[in-house]
Amino acid sequence: MVNNKLHLSEKLFKKDIEVKLMRDGFGEGLLEAGEKDPRIVVLSADLKESTRANLFAEKFPERFIEVGVAEQALVTIASGMANCGKIPFCTSYAIFSPGRNWEQIRTTIGIDSYPVKIIGAQSGLNIGHYGVTHQGIEDIALMRVIPNMNVVVPSDYEEAKKATLEIAKIDKPFYMRLPRVDSPVYTTSETPFKIGKANILTESKNPEVVIFATGLMVYKALLAYKELYKNGIETIVVNIHTIKPLDEETVVKQAKLTGAVVTIEEHQVIGGLGSAISETLAKNFPVPMEILGVQDRFGQSGKPKELFEEYGLTKEDIIKACKKVIARKNA
Amino acid sequence: MKKYSIEELQEIAKEVREDVVKMILKAEAGHPAGSLGMVDVLVALYYGVLRYDPTKPDWEERDRLILSNGHICPALYAVMSHSGYFEHKYLMKLGEFGGILQGHPDKRFLSSLETTSGPLGCGLAQASGIALSAKMDHMRFRTFVITSDGEHDEGNHWEAVAFAGKNNLSNLTMIVDRNNIQIDGFTEEVMPLEPLADKYKAFHWSVIEVDGHNMEEIIDACNKARAIYENPTVIIARTIPGKGVDFMESNPNWHSKAIKSEEAKSALKEIRTMQGKIKEYGE
Repeated sequence: MVNNKLHLSEKLFKKDIEVKLMRDGFGEGLLEAGEKDPRIVVLSADLKESTRANLFAEKFPERFIEVGVAEQALVTIASGMANCGKIPFCTSYAIFSPGRNWEQIRTTIGIDSYPVKIIGAQSGLNIGHYGVTHQGIEDIALMRVIPNMNVVVPSDYEEAKKATLEIAKIDKPFYMRLPRVDSPVYTTSETPFKIGKANILTESKNPEVVIFATGLMVYKALLAYKELYKNGIETIVVNIHTIKPLDEETVVKQAKLTGAVVTIEEHQVIGGLGSAISETLAKNFPVPMEILGVQDRFGQSGKPKELFEEYGLTKEDIIKACKKVIARKNA
Repeated sequence: MKKYSIEELQEIAKEVREDVVKMILKAEAGHPAGSLGMVDVLVALYYGVLRYDPTKPDWEERDRLILSNGHICPALYAVMSHSGYFEHKYLMKLGEFGGILQGHPDKRFLSSLETTSGPLGCGLAQASGIALSAKMDHMRFRTFVITSDGEHDEGNHWEAVAFAGKNNLSNLTMIVDRNNIQIDGFTEEVMPLEPLADKYKAFHWSVIEVDGHNMEEIIDACNKARAIYENPTVIIARTIPGKGVDFMESNPNWHSKAIKSEEAKSALKEIRTMQGKIKEYGE
């Protein structure tokens, strides 16, 4: 059953559940953060409209810095500004930032732990039409590996807004990825959100498997939960919105409770959520695991739905993986 | 700030050069040519240009000096030590485990450094971020950044050149170590940079060219840059890599090479007798 303490949307499984862009949540959160804290500055690499940095730019033009199509400059200028007491948000697409400027992020932000916030919009396969060159599906891995860096992947509009406000307040470097497409707003403004604290979305007295999901995949995991429930299989769905620092306590606890784990992310399976969960469980409580994500392949053009089908990121894939991992557990 | 005579500055530079050779000898690693080549610029900056208080490295109004080409840190460390940031004895612990003087500048171990640096092409962008923040906050300090000529091959650097020019960062001065060498050989063979001054002019920078071993010219150029309100300023400092040690001078092989003890003896002897040579440059 759905965890009532989280105040999820009343329309959680209704067809007319509201659908919104996480980018809008980010843009609105950023504006609010900017109103609260004059140290916040926003840098854009020629993508202010689609990243929604434009909302901030219109209200605070004096704190908005356009660097042009120059992602290396984007983060290194931000490093200098953070060195001087600012809280910079660097906005671009995930494939370019952190895709193109990784070493600059490592050296000029990571080592000295400057509170620069790197926003990788248009991440994942869901950008669809634009194809492989623009599908950032390695960004979580790239950022997770840098010491001091924190990695956040919101799962809907509300969460993107809350995450933006939270990371603005924390004096540490953050990477936050955002998808291009809209998605069901399954949480509400009342849903608790704390960096590093996973949200257990569904509960059960007799769960057979736990699904750890992140980003756009969280709602799909909820849909899979619903269908599995109808078939008599109880699952726990956990929203891992913070991949680093990982909520190890929750991960281990749920693995112990269920003895079977499925992870799903719109990202390469190497180095992302599945890897993070595997590392934690291998050290603490190894259980059978199925890792859903892009299986060491490149993307391509297509509608998001077609791509999710091709790369194994559908509700049906989750259901199949759950059944498979339960069978492995019971074998 | 105490005013030093050119002769005093030259004497300090000589001591710094001795330190640099000894440091690289002891560490058995380092970049002697670039380090020795920038000693005069660094001494001129710390003794004649920068506003700072070594006892208060966090002083908000201090001028910032970013060393983008972090590999010449032996020279920076030696000058910082002479300027009172830390005791001289630490110099001989360059690159030692747990020491404050890491092989490339590391702010985690020496907090009085402005930035952690070494990977080329980032320093100007970081300095631009600092200078822009200072303008936003109406802070009056000046930001200086030292870059190598070789690092002009980096795209990141030119992104920042465009950015600083666009934003008229007149509170920013860059000093380019124009020593004509980089790891694989002479800059004009590896990747030609000329006409360098014209390139900066095209990006809306003010350009001053100086003899990078002439203290008076360096200090004058920095003072001139303070009075330019329209653009950022680049001071192209023509330097001789390995300056002060005949067998190193202008030889790309000494870009990154440990000094063996026989060579060090010979190098130190030359530095001890080089006052005359420096004077020639000063006049």
